[in-house]
Amino acid sequence: MQPIEINQVQKEIDKYVNEPIFLHMETSTGSYVRVQDPETLPACAYIRNGKIKFSEGKIVKNEAWFSVGLKLDDGWVYSEGLTDWEVLEEDKLLLAGHDKEGNLKIGLELSKTPFDCGE
Amino acid sequence: MDKKKSILAVFPHPDDESFGRAGTLIKHADNGDDITLICATMGQMGRRMGNPFFANRETLPDVREKELKDACDKIGINRMILWKMQDKTLQFRDPEFLANRILKVIEDVKPEIIYTFYPEHGVHPDHDALSKATAIAVSELSVEERPLIYGAAITREREEELGRPDMVVDVSDVLDQKMDVMRAHRSQSELITLPLDMRIREAPELKEQILEPFSKESYWVYPIS
Repeated sequence: MQPIEINQVQKEIDKYVNEPIFLHMETSTGSYVRVQDPETLPACAYIRNGKIKFSEGKIVKNEAWFSVGLKLDDGWVYSEGLTDWEVLEEDKLLLAGHDKEGNLKIGLELSKTPFDCGE
Repeated sequence: MDKKKSILAVFPHPDDESFGRAGTLIKHADNGDDITLICATMGQMGRRMGNPFFANRETLPDVREKELKDACDKIGINRMILWKMQDKTLQFRDPEFLANRILKVIEDVKPEIIYTFYPEHGVHPDHDALSKATAIAVSELSVEERPLIYGAAITREREEELGRPDMVVDVSDVLDQKMDVMRAHRSQSELITLPLDMRIREAPELKEQILEPFSKESYWVYPIS
């Protein structure tokens, strides 16, 4: 993946407007946080192959990271803390936020075909 | 040399067989034991992508599969069974479904020892789900057919709750090989091995001391009633 270039990513997001697509979105503290700090609550949110359609999609620069909001007919999808992007297999837009050690903190991915989901 | 044994390792993620356990398995391989590994998921949800990162969420499963094959070759694992289930979902599956899948492998390879996590002491929900399913599978065998379950307990409170480990394997004689196996899981291990390697380069005379935490592997026997 490469550091986000806002104009290029906006062009990619626009390719998915107004058509049924598959959404992958995740964020997680990791399951091991309690080993370092037993008081910490592990928290994770995950959806893979959620079917959505958005009429407006926008990437915005915050401080050292970016946010993406997608306006659905009946609601919203948004992610904050994105740093890197990649287009995969021409029909998938991958966005992720990595910390300084390269760990994934948040992921937002759009695809015109279903994401692989294990056996 | 001990009599050759059949060994089964049951772990949910590529690298669970290596981090903290590679030394024990290397010693089994050196003894000529036949080792089968069940790896239930592809570790698709790992958050480590390499340091600096070289994988992404979609390429990670293939990266980890290659790393696992490399690690298994280095350990001397004879048989790798990949279920490719979705990472972090095992706790949501029917334990009997998982237990039956494990039981089929047990009936096939007839292990004398099973290595897995220790139920309730695996920290990660997949670790606990799969180790519990392993215990269910073993409980379905007749008493004389049951392999011994050596559970890796990795919670902070393991000794308070379980007492001292039933088996501590000194792996200092195969430590270089163990560290190589860990390096094979590059995407997941660089965060640990790169700083270690650097410290050893800077002070080679301290190598033994730096690697001391990796020189012992502990297991608790999980009782099947």
